[in-house]
Amino acid sequence: MAVAPRLAPPLDLERLRADFPILQQRVHGKPLVYLDNGASAQRPRAVLDAERRYGEQFHANVHRGVHWLSQQATDLFEGARERVRRFLNARSTKEIVFTRGTTESINLVAQSWGGVNLRPGDEIVISWLEHHANIVPWQLACERTGARLRVVPIDRRGELDLDAYRASLGERTRLVAMSHVSNALGTVMPVREIVAAARARGVPVLLDGAQAVPHLRVDVQALDCDFYAFSGHKLYGPTGIGVLYGREALLEAMPPWQGGGDMIRTVSFEGSTWNDLPYKFEAGTPNMTGAIGLAAAMDYVDGIGLERIGAWEHELLEYATAKLQAVPGLTIVGQARDKASLVSFVMDGVHPHDLGTILDQDGIAIRTGHHCAMPVMTFFDVPATARASFAFYNTRAEIDRLVAALHGAREMFG
Amino acid sequence: MDLKDLYRDVILDHNKRPRNFGTLPPPAHEARGHNPLCGDQLTVYVELDGDVIRDLRFEGKGCAISVASASLMSEAVKGRSRADANALYEQVHDLLTRQDAPSPPSLGKLAALQGVREFPARVKCASLCWHTLNAALEGGVAPVSTE
Repeated sequence: MAVAPRLAPPLDLERLRADFPILQQRVHGKPLVYLDNGASAQRPRAVLDAERRYGEQFHANVHRGVHWLSQQATDLFEGARERVRRFLNARSTKEIVFTRGTTESINLVAQSWGGVNLRPGDEIVISWLEHHANIVPWQLACERTGARLRVVPIDRRGELDLDAYRASLGERTRLVAMSHVSNALGTVMPVREIVAAARARGVPVLLDGAQAVPHLRVDVQALDCDFYAFSGHKLYGPTGIGVLYGREALLEAMPPWQGGGDMIRTVSFEGSTWNDLPYKFEAGTPNMTGAIGLAAAMDYVDGIGLERIGAWEHELLEYATAKLQAVPGLTIVGQARDKASLVSFVMDGVHPHDLGTILDQDGIAIRTGHHCAMPVMTFFDVPATARASFAFYNTRAEIDRLVAALHGAREMFG
Repeated sequence: MDLKDLYRDVILDHNKRPRNFGTLPPPAHEARGHNPLCGDQLTVYVELDGDVIRDLRFEGKGCAISVASASLMSEAVKGRSRADANALYEQVHDLLTRQDAPSPPSLGKLAALQGVREFPARVKCASLCWHTLNAALEGGVAPVSTE
């Protein structure tokens, strides 16, 4: 009889978990099981230290002073921009705009690019599984310009209908804006096909990478997309910092979206001229602490290796999927063949909100609700789901605790 | 905090078998309530006889706390005057939000909601039905939101 080989974790989880101070604590008397990484991932000590060190030793305003500290701060901040360029394999740091996060990145494109490129009757193509951050900015742009949204359907697995997508591209299509990975379902979108079909028609593509960058290697040149947006805090970095990658030629042609200091070259009351890329899009004092923390997070993630991270997360996903499917009355929402490491689910007779409270009492943090993706909830005809989203620091034992708590919830609600 | 304090048997029972679940035809007053945070949706129908709530039904989707609270409310306010229903709501509101709130006998089975105050994120779940009832009594048309 064959004995199944015991797979050793490819990561030294004990050592890695020790890098995250917050994971050491107890919640309601139980060791914390943090399975809400899709909402916000935890920060390793390396990131927390980088943020603190900047504040203790190097902080001053950037791009301004001739004094030593200002130069240090500028070097660190611009060093962070170069770090992001390398992480994404962008051609130039001119293509890396720091923002507050994915939401602001998409709003920047919707307002600046949309303002000069959208006309009445033009179409923006999005998908049914978008996060509100990739729906509402386009709705606002449509209201301002008279353009229209076209929404590409998904199927019951939560996969994009590629034929419908290709059919939705037409004479009036001006932009395709799609998730790289769905936050509500975990679906990894067929971005190569999405970009190829759009590019064949000369239509630019924006990818919402908020849920992709923590799990898989993103190379904007290989993807051949025109805009790529993501947030620092889902990549083990700080909140309040995010990135918009934009193809240089497009960014160059776009007007500024916010006015103020740093984004100008000259100002007079007769008119002003704009700074070079990327500063044209960074009005006001930027979030230096956040950018430096994000760079530290990228160092940390690359130090482990996104391929190893992805491999372990995939094991966690398979393990969790099998275990959760075996819980009576539990249905997994979103069963795409290519999925990132999260599981959305509902349980007969127990509302997700109750599950959230019950699990919390066991020290288990999951997300419950509509996940800022109300159309997805409507599509699957559920008011909400419970979502466990895994990071590389999660363990099989934590999934076992999740499953045990779910059995408990089921018993309680009988 | 103990889960059994939140999910008391009365709550679990009313969640599983909500009383007065359904609709009432016009001219019954009706109002919709929505808790955007968790997606709870509730419609309350009230049939008034002068100043007295002669019948009340509700329907919708929600968590155990919101369904049980609406079910308990429906039993508690049926046959009462609007003023009595309002007074009861004041007591329930105190029960849900004030640590030192008494649990007067007049609350009856509604006292089972006492555990909710230990779970601040869930207070809105329990109060949604009362806000919606109030809107129905006021004859408002705009949906009620907890946000």
